[in-house]
Amino acid sequence: MNVIKNKPVTTTCPFCGVGCNLELHIKDNFIYKVTAPFDSVVNKGNLCVKGRFGYDFIYNKRRILSPLIRKTPQKPGARFQAFNLDEWREVSWDEALDYTAKRLVEIYQRDGSNAMAVYCCAKATNEDNYLLQKLFRALFRTNNVDHCTRLCHAGSVVALQKAIGSAAMSNTAAEIMETDVFIITGSNTTETHPIISIQMKAAIEKNGAKLIVVDPRRIEMVNYATLWLAEKPGSDVAVFSGMAHVILKENLYNKEFIDSRTENFQNFSKAMEKFTPEYVESITGVEKDKIIQAARLYANAKRGAIYWALGISQSTHGTDNAHSLINLALLTGHVGKRGTGLNPLRGQNNVQGASDAGAMPWHYPGYQEVDDEQSALIFEKAWNIEPGGLNRKKGLTTTEILSNAHPGGVRSLYIMGENPMMTEPNLNAAHKHMQELEFVVCQDLFINESGAYADVFLPATTFAEKDGTFTNTDRRVQRVRKAIEPLGNARPDWQIISDLAKRIEKLLGRPNSAYWDYSHPEEILDEFGTVVPSYRGIKYARIEKTGLQTPVVDENHPGTPFLYAESFPIGKAKFFPLDFRPIDEGADKDFPLILNTGRVLEHWHGGTLTRNSWLDDLNSQALVEIYPVDAETYNINHLDVVKVQSRRGEIVLRANVTQKTIAGVVFIPFHFAEAAANFLTNDALDPEALIPEFKACAVKIEKVTEDLLPTKQPYLPRGRY
Amino acid sequence: MTDTVKLKINHQEIECDQDLTILQAARSVGVNIPTICYHDHCTANALCRMCVVEVKGARTLVASCVAKVSEGMEVETHNERVTRSRKTILEMMLSTSDLSQSPELLEMASEYDADHDRFGDAERRSPALIDDNSMFVRDYEKCILCWRCVQVCAEDAQYAFAINFKGRGYHTQISTFYEKPLPESTCVFCGQCIGVCPTEALKPKRQWLLELGYESDQIMQMTRNERSKKTKKPQTSTAVK
Repeated sequence: MNVIKNKPVTTTCPFCGVGCNLELHIKDNFIYKVTAPFDSVVNKGNLCVKGRFGYDFIYNKRRILSPLIRKTPQKPGARFQAFNLDEWREVSWDEALDYTAKRLVEIYQRDGSNAMAVYCCAKATNEDNYLLQKLFRALFRTNNVDHCTRLCHAGSVVALQKAIGSAAMSNTAAEIMETDVFIITGSNTTETHPIISIQMKAAIEKNGAKLIVVDPRRIEMVNYATLWLAEKPGSDVAVFSGMAHVILKENLYNKEFIDSRTENFQNFSKAMEKFTPEYVESITGVEKDKIIQAARLYANAKRGAIYWALGISQSTHGTDNAHSLINLALLTGHVGKRGTGLNPLRGQNNVQGASDAGAMPWHYPGYQEVDDEQSALIFEKAWNIEPGGLNRKKGLTTTEILSNAHPGGVRSLYIMGENPMMTEPNLNAAHKHMQELEFVVCQDLFINESGAYADVFLPATTFAEKDGTFTNTDRRVQRVRKAIEPLGNARPDWQIISDLAKRIEKLLGRPNSAYWDYSHPEEILDEFGTVVPSYRGIKYARIEKTGLQTPVVDENHPGTPFLYAESFPIGKAKFFPLDFRPIDEGADKDFPLILNTGRVLEHWHGGTLTRNSWLDDLNSQALVEIYPVDAETYNINHLDVVKVQSRRGEIVLRANVTQKTIAGVVFIPFHFAEAAANFLTNDALDPEALIPEFKACAVKIEKVTEDLLPTKQPYLPRGRY
Repeated sequence: MTDTVKLKINHQEIECDQDLTILQAARSVGVNIPTICYHDHCTANALCRMCVVEVKGARTLVASCVAKVSEGMEVETHNERVTRSRKTILEMMLSTSDLSQSPELLEMASEYDADHDRFGDAERRSPALIDDNSMFVRDYEKCILCWRCVQVCAEDAQYAFAINFKGRGYHTQISTFYEKPLPESTCVFCGQCIGVCPTEALKPKRQWLLELGYESDQIMQMTRNERSKKTKKPQTSTAVK
């Protein structure tokens, strides 16, 4: 048996925000193996199961490789899902794009810019996202542009912007080895950011760093923790304000840092007075001694760092939760130095980049506000638009776009690579909204739960079939390389968007062109750099081997590993006085348990990629985690089939009786369409960030018969669950 | 500033950091000592003994991947005693394991003029291929027990501790605990082990199927049951060039 030997193509992983470097080994356009370069600064030769084995969705037989138009014309209010190819007609690219342009322009000319909306994509490249928001802003004059960041880190982003003026991770993952005390909260790091977690494990096991886990689940990192604060879901503000109370009371705060770098300390410290350890224990369920110990440990650290994910932000007080973490870092001065910082871990390969590229309703690329006249003028000039042409009104967010789908509101929706019919909260309501739309375009790889509603399906290429850049969680802009020829008639997203834009521009009869004649994504990034100062110095030639961390202000700038060494973007950082607010829907007599949702190692978000991969063999069905005492109360045995019901919906799945969750709380991963956790979740929003409360709602659970189980997959035992 | 030491490598006088191993010191002056179990990203364990060198005054040959330099040391990296030892190590490996997919080892074997049949009557280690999941196969017939996979599964990277040695002496083999299938172990399928395996004993499933002669289309048409079913290793396999 001969060994296949070909030179592998290096690129960037298309899964989580860590941005691991990959080497794709290819034979006859077939990727048969993935390795990682040992000299990569990001992952040092390591990968997780998704990066190492999960790329086979590229070749999945269900992938759509030709443009499709629905055979049955869809009407608002009566729109239905079509998963079966028989319900679609294969068409040429010309027909698909002409039809799409015609329908979009019709709606725009009839109902105006408010009727138009687009979901950009945190999985697509910076170039793809920049172009798609440019299309909707420059041609349809709408700011109804958003992407899944709204459902992930919107709470963190708003709080960080208000408190320090920038929302990105402040430090580099590689600095983890220099940290001596970590707080991990609302992040199941080993499953969602595996490569960051192994660096944390090494820092703990080899350097003696201490870890504080604040989480209602007994996640794997608890095995490495000095302290585990098993809080009740949604009580984060109380836990972290309790720690701040102790730090203030015991005089452990960094007075010099507070005096020179922050403001509003007095109001903040007054607000913290009520958060005594006793009071905090009564709200959070965390013993007061642990609060005190955690406060001392973090405050006395040489280099303390906070890492968090969606457990903090996906809440009706997600912004407050993030503020409570920022307050702690400001109080102790654990920011602006190597190995410290405020580090929101981004869940998708390019959620940082899509946000940087302006795939958001309130911001142009580079976080320049749409309602700021100066910013609008910059983009009018860059895109060759008459003065006053761009829309100055803030657009609708992801969740608002759907809830405004009605006559007089949003009429058309363009979805690039997202799957809102899995990732929106309260899916029954989301489905109804989707059915109200007049025209839906989907640009994706598979007909997923959202694409099944579309009128037109535009088959895009995968990360391995196109060039571009991704920006990872620590702001590193890295190359994505075309390693194989596109399969079938699939086309790179940037090409689809430019071709569509040209057709739309022609139909609209605009006197000036916003410019769409790109011959390579490199030209798009160059244009992006002219309007976004932090990307100005990023050129393809500079990131061939190693990515650069933004801001990179000119072509000689070396990039920025950690932020805020001298000052914060808004000058002095602001403390925010906080008060505790409970979750929107607490447990009661009828719905006595709290549902927490999240991810598992083998799957990724809405499941469009991983459930169409052999990865699904390792974890093929949803399980609801329930604490043994609760299981006994409801007479549920391990692997029994149960129905979980909230006020909004119900799903049937197997039970996993485990101490990984705490008493009173059940956990369901949200990847599995046949038992989608988001049928249950609450669509109540954080008032500032407009992020839904995915992480806590009231449910009840009961045992049902095996025949109700929607999946026919046998349950395969896994040693690690 | 760390302290430096002076030593001689192959009669050449050098000065280097006292914390370096002999292997690192030699590399720093362009002297290449061959290694097998050693990997830059794993803890050195001196298991294969390929990197041995002769140190003046030492009773036995010294494994340069773990031995530190010291003041006045005199090292010979390629003298007759050393090369004879390396040759024998390669010959023993060739007698027990399938090195057909380890081009670097085969190259070393020819460089050291190793006789593939020196231990021709030795019993070959030929455990059955383990195909217990859809991600990768484990063909321990090719394994030379370099220990790298166990190390990256443990403290060198993943902290999963899913695999270790089983058996003793000649019967030693890498295994999960109680030989459980990988999915039932603490394995997280990160494949760090595949990344450091020097002999292709660990191989991604799709690569393995391709090498067995399946077309990529056939591979991707396999149902869940087909790909997770234990596939018998064919007697004659179609080589993939």
